[in-house]
Amino acid sequence: MGAESLAGGEPSTVEQLIDRQKLAAPIKTAVDKFQLVPEFLKVRGLVKQHLDSFNYFVNIGIKKIVRANDRIASTVDPSIYIRFKDVRIGTPTVVVDGVSDKLAPHTCRLSDMTYTAPILVDIEYIQGSNDQKYRREKRDISIGRMPVMLRSQCCVLYGKDEAELAKLGECPLDPGGYFVVKGTEKVILIQEQLSKNRIIIDTDKKGNLTASVMSSTEATKSKTVIVMEKGKMYLSLNQFTTKIPIMVVMKAMGIESDQEVVQMLGRDPRYSALLLPSLEECASLDIFTQEKALKYLDNKKDGRALSILRDIFLANVPVHNNNLRPKCIYVAVMLRRMMEAILNKDAMDDKDYVGNKRLELSGQLISLLFEDLFKTMITEVERQIDYGLTKKVRSSQSDPSQYLLRDSISNGLERALSTGNWDVKRFRMNRKGVTQVLARLSFIGSLGYLTKIMPQFEKSRKVSGPRALQPSQWGMLCPCDTPEGEACGLVKNLALMTHVTTDEEDGPLISLCYCLGVEDLELLSGEELHTPNSFLVMFNGLILGKHRRPQHFAHAMRKLRRACKIGEFVSIFVNEKQRVVYIASDGGRVCRPLVIADKGISRVKEHHMKELLDGVRTFDDFLREGLIEYLDVNEENNALISLYEGETTPETTHIEIEPFTILGVIAGLIPYPHHNQSPRNTYQCAMGKQAMGNIAYNQLCRMDTLLYLLVYPQRPLLTTRTIELVGYDKLGAGQNATVAVMSYSGYDIEDAIVMNKSSLDRGFGRCIVMKKASCIMNRRYDSGASDRIVRPRGLDKDRERILDVDGLAAPGQIIRPNDIYINKESPTETRDHKSAEALADMKYRPSMQSHKGPEGESCVVDRVALSTDKNNNMCIKLIIRHTRRPELGDKFSSRHGQKGVCGTIIQQEDFPFSERGICPDLIMNPHGFPSRMTVGKMIELLGSKAGVSCGRFHYGSAFGEPSGHADKVDAISETLVRHGFSYNGKDMIYSGITGCPLQAYIFMGPIYYQKLKHMVLDKMHARGMGPRVMLTRQPTEGRARNGGLRVGEMERDCLIAYGASMLIFERLMLSSDPFEVQVCEACGLLGYYNHKLRSAFCSTCKNGDNIATMKLPYACKLLIQELQSMNIVPRLKLQEA
Amino acid sequence: MNEKENKGGNNDEPNKKFSIWDLPDVPMGQLPPHLQLQKTRVVCKADAPIHTDNISYSGAYASIGVDNSVHLDLFRDNFKVNVIRLTKEDMEFDMIGIDPALANAFRRILISEVPTMAIEKVLIAYNTSVVQDEVLAHRLGLVPLKADPRLFEYLSANDTPNEKNTIVFKLHASCKRGERRTVYSEELKWLPKGSELIKEAGQADSKPTTYTSFTCSQDVLPEFSEDPISPSEDKIILAKLGSKQEIELEAHAVKGLGKTHAKWSPVATAWYRMLPEVVLLEDVEDEVAEELVRRCPDKVFDIEDIGHGKKRATVARPRDCRLCRECVRGEGWEERVELRRVKDHFIFTVESTGVLPPEVLFTEAVKILEEKCERVISELS
Repeated sequence: MGAESLAGGEPSTVEQLIDRQKLAAPIKTAVDKFQLVPEFLKVRGLVKQHLDSFNYFVNIGIKKIVRANDRIASTVDPSIYIRFKDVRIGTPTVVVDGVSDKLAPHTCRLSDMTYTAPILVDIEYIQGSNDQKYRREKRDISIGRMPVMLRSQCCVLYGKDEAELAKLGECPLDPGGYFVVKGTEKVILIQEQLSKNRIIIDTDKKGNLTASVMSSTEATKSKTVIVMEKGKMYLSLNQFTTKIPIMVVMKAMGIESDQEVVQMLGRDPRYSALLLPSLEECASLDIFTQEKALKYLDNKKDGRALSILRDIFLANVPVHNNNLRPKCIYVAVMLRRMMEAILNKDAMDDKDYVGNKRLELSGQLISLLFEDLFKTMITEVERQIDYGLTKKVRSSQSDPSQYLLRDSISNGLERALSTGNWDVKRFRMNRKGVTQVLARLSFIGSLGYLTKIMPQFEKSRKVSGPRALQPSQWGMLCPCDTPEGEACGLVKNLALMTHVTTDEEDGPLISLCYCLGVEDLELLSGEELHTPNSFLVMFNGLILGKHRRPQHFAHAMRKLRRACKIGEFVSIFVNEKQRVVYIASDGGRVCRPLVIADKGISRVKEHHMKELLDGVRTFDDFLREGLIEYLDVNEENNALISLYEGETTPETTHIEIEPFTILGVIAGLIPYPHHNQSPRNTYQCAMGKQAMGNIAYNQLCRMDTLLYLLVYPQRPLLTTRTIELVGYDKLGAGQNATVAVMSYSGYDIEDAIVMNKSSLDRGFGRCIVMKKASCIMNRRYDSGASDRIVRPRGLDKDRERILDVDGLAAPGQIIRPNDIYINKESPTETRDHKSAEALADMKYRPSMQSHKGPEGESCVVDRVALSTDKNNNMCIKLIIRHTRRPELGDKFSSRHGQKGVCGTIIQQEDFPFSERGICPDLIMNPHGFPSRMTVGKMIELLGSKAGVSCGRFHYGSAFGEPSGHADKVDAISETLVRHGFSYNGKDMIYSGITGCPLQAYIFMGPIYYQKLKHMVLDKMHARGMGPRVMLTRQPTEGRARNGGLRVGEMERDCLIAYGASMLIFERLMLSSDPFEVQVCEACGLLGYYNHKLRSAFCSTCKNGDNIATMKLPYACKLLIQELQSMNIVPRLKLQEA
Repeated sequence: MNEKENKGGNNDEPNKKFSIWDLPDVPMGQLPPHLQLQKTRVVCKADAPIHTDNISYSGAYASIGVDNSVHLDLFRDNFKVNVIRLTKEDMEFDMIGIDPALANAFRRILISEVPTMAIEKVLIAYNTSVVQDEVLAHRLGLVPLKADPRLFEYLSANDTPNEKNTIVFKLHASCKRGERRTVYSEELKWLPKGSELIKEAGQADSKPTTYTSFTCSQDVLPEFSEDPISPSEDKIILAKLGSKQEIELEAHAVKGLGKTHAKWSPVATAWYRMLPEVVLLEDVEDEVAEELVRRCPDKVFDIEDIGHGKKRATVARPRDCRLCRECVRGEGWEERVELRRVKDHFIFTVESTGVLPPEVLFTEAVKILEEKCERVISELS
């Protein structure tokens, strides 16, 4: 019922919220800009970064790739070719028996299919043989199938409303942004990388200063590093085996005069002084001309020096007509930055600075993969055409377009997505774990997957820098949401309002820059490059030229952006220190929207917000009219952003929309997080993902392998704005429990909680665990026979109890351990023996599936589904459901990183009660507070208590007090007093046992509690006798194998230290693997006991004279024998003890 | 003038050097006032209540010659019960002159030991609704049934369900195509003749047996023929049905105790509080009086005019005090107002689930306690 009441029939989260706001609009002096957040999320959705990236790939990226490789020409007969004219992704379909059918994602989930759409191309090709050639055209040829991201433009769910989504079996609150591959949901995680094509000044392992550029163009990828060693500059490039003096490189690129190089660096005599050692080295090498320099380089790299310098060295700088001057200037700028860094350590770049990072999203990753697969396919097709042409006998009407119909693209994409291995040989890319299964443990957990950012570094590195919280993360990446342990600080999550950009066309932007007064690089002499009154202009890491009025230029560019003449995600950043104007339009930058302020006065006025509330204005209008703009991390450095409108100064350029948006989706669930100790919020971010609740509206129609549901989930009494925005109030994962903070019974130490039995009786913490059991019926063995399901024969009445006449368990049946749920039989003969007629019953052996659940618990068969898998085998899936009430040891947690297990369950009459008859649902020990400092939890209790007494949901958004998105404690206290409670939330409590009042007032009220997925039933384990491992005859390991409990090394150490030798003997041998051996005292080797002759015998001495019998661990005997097999003879020397 | 003197006198007293000989003689057999206060009142200070425990040891005050033992006739004379409010579902009454242990015993018995009838076994014939079988069964179990448990016997493990120990209900709800609806508790139909579901027969020729073996119909009993058994509330939501969904089941209710499962508890809750007593330690006048009245959300205080344009606060409705402690919060207030609880005056509230009227429940509880006492006595003798 809870699920449904939560679900409701509202149109959508965001729209509903707007209405609610309308009713209770508070009067404020500053303009309440909160409404922009739901509006922003309405246009953007929670996972817009994934969708945008994929849409960009589908609309532009794929076309670019195909356009770049649009011609397949035969090498044998170049006049025969195939040309791709256009490419597009069709609608998702499935081809069944030659008929293509529309495909919905939910169908794919249920029947283990991949949600794909055909990649359709229009082609033009030449058909015919030598003399007769026709130019033909074909449209809509499928060259493969592209997995489709849910809710992207080519998905069937795109733009559908709630009712339509429901019809397709889809949950309206599901954000999309993932793929369905072979029935499992896969997310391509956001990959964090260092910016490409940017100069990064850093130090290497030896502490030498380096300037590095990771060049990345469509054609090549390279890394250029300039190192300073002992005061001299060297170029280090993978293609050259040794380091090359940088002056040699400059000379090889045509700058023969040292003076010009010095001029390019700038007039400052300190720079020329720093360059002097390099100049001297070059002179000492006797290199003064380009010719000599190239010769020197050619010696290093057998004659390809010039081509390396042209194509690989700084590959991002384009070379026209072998004019290497732009590269020289680029090198000069790199050198200048290095020298700046020598003179002033602050000029070093920070690799962890978010502005120096790019996020690689699903679209980019797929496009990499697609490009590779497409090129492979082209070469393959080329070969086939050639093969077709070289064949002696060839059909005159050979149609080259038929070769396009192949599976390599479909299979390649599907394989990469399902394994997560991104192998692109062309770019030497070999990444693992790019995709992950979207775990549906809780709604919030699966949302978390879509905002998760995977790090570039391997996790083992013991450096603190990349793990630390960067100030530049503000507003872009959530400061709370990171895992604990090895990936701490490396795996990050996006904040609520973050947007990740996609690539933008750079041609128009470059010409615009020139129009706005950028002096072209080509026309500048080295001297003019760094004149004191001008700034360089860099566009996406490329030097465009210089500008004499940089601020004016930046202002003009920004004005154009605000007027929407250029893309809203173009960033203009004036770096005063480096004297460079950076313009960026590349993809993968993180940015966020901010309200523009003129001289500290917000451009967003009251009437704008009113129009927004009335629905005549949308978020895009705000953008279009230049009231709001996106700033990326770099441009934020040029802005003075004030948190609230009231705090502006005349210098303020921007105002934050809402401060709570610096947190991510998951941290946004915590009420009053700004009152908590910081690590507690991080703990909650990890635990929120394990909380049970609702998964989605379609949770009961899904066939997940494991599903945890709460029977009566509730929405939190103390909500936050984020909760409403993401829909956690509709798909909650917890219950509002009345908590008394007091000690009780002693079973509450170390964070254990005491629970009220009556609350449990009434459904508190009750959960459903659904497990999938599946079975594939192998339709075709080699023998031609197949598996079959037979009706119960009554052989084992008890175990066949729940089977229907069709041999399958019926839904609703109560299933106990060892019950048969699929009465399957397999043929005994699976090889050869081909015969058409049906096999006799004798030829089948039973291979029924039986239930392996917790002993003594009864589960229920929830659903039975039949489907066919890819190989046309019948696949039977059963969902087995188990409803559990909380028991001793189950784990619970509040939303403040305060987890605890249930320590004891106590009858209601023994529980304390208040003067109003309120009896808590659980009792929490107050010792949980002082060291954890989770003040937020206390405020949550107060707020919820006030909430239940006055009938209004209270809010606790992060940093929300000034803007009214969090109720102040003062106001809450007033509400409490008004309803007859003490202002401090403490009530007079009577002991349920003695009946007398307690000698203290007890802090009592509702707190939202989550039940975590860790339950004793799944973990408890004990064994006496049990199975053993065949090889060593020691007990098996692990709960799943009913294994023994190991006395490990450290336990053994304790026993040794204590001197409990008999106990060690018992544990390590008698209870493990005792074995009786015959040892020959003469030779010290193992003999054997001959049961026939009833005597022991040594096979080495060939007699049985000196045989002793002793006990040994079997593992020891095994070791001895294994050593013997390696020609090592361990001999046992026996002594009487 | 008179007043002024009084006030002056009051103010002087704490300054005087305390001497035990100045204290007035305490009459024999009586406690000095401060001990009397400790014995009979809980004082609710701003930070914590004090003197909360009950002094029950008979010799607690033996040293000052006061007998603290319990006398039956004294108890008999002083014990009083005043019913304040009595409706069909709940009852509030004062229980005066009783030990908290006893009052608590009644509360505990009410919650967990007064038997009621509740659905224990649900035979689900058909359920296509979204509510899972066991969840539906759990919900059904929590539906309070209007059936007098005193007319039934407990069903023990090897008993066969019969008309003396089992009540059978039927629920058959379905939803038409394209509609949705809610199933309420009123749709539970009482089957006085017992189960209608036929057990899968062991032998084909034997008479079909049902899950109960009733010898006669329950509705021939006069108690039930007038007032048929039904859920005590009509509009308890049991399930929601979507298009073409259907529930068909039979529910068997048996007698049980609240300590086994909360569904057998006859009360939503039963509790007591001690009678509040609000004392003004000094005269509270004028602005302070107004402040006091303003502070109290429960309107405990009133202002009376004492002439000369002066106002004085009086305690008008101490019973309404819900102990928000606003009147003792802050500097100086604890000297003016004292909140107390009378230790032997219990305001008892019983919220019945509708199974039995609250007053009957309480008398049942008394009977159970009596029974227990008798058992103890018989065990001892």
